[in-house]
Amino acid sequence: MTTSSVAPTPSLLRPVFRRRASRNVVVRAVARHALLLAILFVVLYPLLWMLGASFRPGNQTFGTLGLWPDPFTLNNYREGWSYGSLNFSRYFVNSFVIAVLCIVGNVISCSLAAYAFARLEFPLKRVLFALVLATLLLPYQVTIVPQYVLFNELAWINTILPLTVPKYLATDAFFVFLMVQFIRTLPRELDEAALLDGCGYLGIFRRVIVPLSLPAIGTTAMFTFIRTWDDFLGPLLYLNNPERWTVALGLNGFLDATGTSSFGPLFAMATVAVAPIVGFFLVSQKLLIEGVATSGLK
Amino acid sequence: MSGVSRESSEAGPRRGRGESIGDRVADVARPSELSLAPGARPRRSARRTREILAAYGFLTPWLVGLIGLTLGPMLYSLYLSFTRYNLLTPPRWNGLGNYREMISDPRLHNSIGVTLTYVLIAVPAILVVSLAVALVLAHGMRFLPFYRAAFYLPSLIGASVAVSLLWRQLFAGDGVLNALLRVFGIEGRTWIGDPDTALYTLVLLSVWTFGAPMIIFLAGIRQVPRDLYEAAAVDGAGPVRRFLSVTLPMLTPLIFFNILLTTVNAFQAFTPAYVVSNGSGGPADSTLFYTLYLYQRGFANLDMGYASAMAWSLLVVLGIFTAAMFATSRLWVYYGDER
Repeated sequence: MTTSSVAPTPSLLRPVFRRRASRNVVVRAVARHALLLAILFVVLYPLLWMLGASFRPGNQTFGTLGLWPDPFTLNNYREGWSYGSLNFSRYFVNSFVIAVLCIVGNVISCSLAAYAFARLEFPLKRVLFALVLATLLLPYQVTIVPQYVLFNELAWINTILPLTVPKYLATDAFFVFLMVQFIRTLPRELDEAALLDGCGYLGIFRRVIVPLSLPAIGTTAMFTFIRTWDDFLGPLLYLNNPERWTVALGLNGFLDATGTSSFGPLFAMATVAVAPIVGFFLVSQKLLIEGVATSGLK
Repeated sequence: MSGVSRESSEAGPRRGRGESIGDRVADVARPSELSLAPGARPRRSARRTREILAAYGFLTPWLVGLIGLTLGPMLYSLYLSFTRYNLLTPPRWNGLGNYREMISDPRLHNSIGVTLTYVLIAVPAILVVSLAVALVLAHGMRFLPFYRAAFYLPSLIGASVAVSLLWRQLFAGDGVLNALLRVFGIEGRTWIGDPDTALYTLVLLSVWTFGAPMIIFLAGIRQVPRDLYEAAAVDGAGPVRRFLSVTLPMLTPLIFFNILLTTVNAFQAFTPAYVVSNGSGGPADSTLFYTLYLYQRGFANLDMGYASAMAWSLLVVLGIFTAAMFATSRLWVYYGDER
């Protein structure tokens, strides 16, 4: 019924009309694409500019509008990678270690909690789930001071423990929420069949829920990677020793070490720093975008 | 719904197929089960106990984190907010001293002003831009996945040090914006170094990350039932009217959600302000976000008590804001007829 007004019913009766309509449609589509591409150019221009600047000889970086590096050089990358006392090989290793540990922690702890909230019945469920939602909106400022005091007491300062251990305790309520939403969409009959086959709850979790939740787990892993890679305040608070710095701290140290003198190497390293995120995003963007659409993650 | 189907299938004739020992023991009471007699009870409650134990087992890491890293620290921070504490000597009770100091701290007042300006400009701007682009994209475009991904990319890196450094250069005195202005014969200024404009470069940075709310809006627009538009078209509604009377009301739940999340996020912005001002909140404290000032007091000056008082004040304000949002939501958020 309702689709008939969209379907091409009048086309046979009024060919002339239709041709004009379709030309109109084409014109509009072209206009829309032109508009979007213009906006897109403005939005992505800074990133393209940075990429161009990273290949430009140092003294040409300032105040150029163009994107294409004409005298093309890789020197900035060579220079920036170990600039002064900075050592980006080490920062990259540190960042990757932290990111991998965080991913493992978040995936395990958040999926465990999410399974309980999505599938099992237990006392206080509503209250506890309300707490999940409340911590979702909790400003981190209210816990950074006492957490710092706690980790200081535990002598964890200058180790990666304050950055990684919390992930094993499902402190990122976002991911619990994301996975609860996902698991709820899985057919319950599968759990029940597994229960009949003698599976315990852990068995159901491992053999039914986890394999079916791989999209949500993938989203969690990707977002955890992006967040820990981008994270600046955490490493700034807890990693004072330059040996343990992450890429984010190394970049910031760049500014401290050089002031505004050598933008070429700086932007080369900034490009290298965002490259893993952009790369992973290009590979997995469908997964990420579905995650955002269903849970509002950032 | 699902709970009902579960109950009924449990009551069905499928006992004793290799379930737990407890279930098999309960099978002794089998004859009475058919008559819905008390005999059915121990069986179900054994299952229930097992389920509850399993649930709390699954929740253990989360519960430990909740108590040890969230609720416990929150309470401790509330206590600290009434003390003087520098991490080296034990906290000393200070009563309402920190809160009294907050009332007469000009740098704090300035940072509140900076933060509110930032939030009040950035949040509406992000919402308008993200909704506008989502509306254009919602027309069943070709290459939609490409556009969606490309617009979303800045959201992923907008809070990174790399982009903050880039922003410094874009709006520097010899930066890209001024080079662009020079093309038009306009003499720019050091946007990032001028107290009048520095904050607005950060606002722009946050608007640049409009992709996340855009994707949420886009998903919502595509779920608006088509027949609503057709009905509106039949009634003679033009595009503007259709937007105002169909799209906008149907999107109010998502607008609500995006306002809430964007605002809470905006209050917590830290990295760009820190990197752009080299941690100082300058020039002339014009980018001294509340969070940055809290960081300076807590971790540069080791005024942990004062920082805790600031944190709790922020929590209360955001709590009131959230509560107000939810309280007023029934006045303007449309949840459909079925709910």
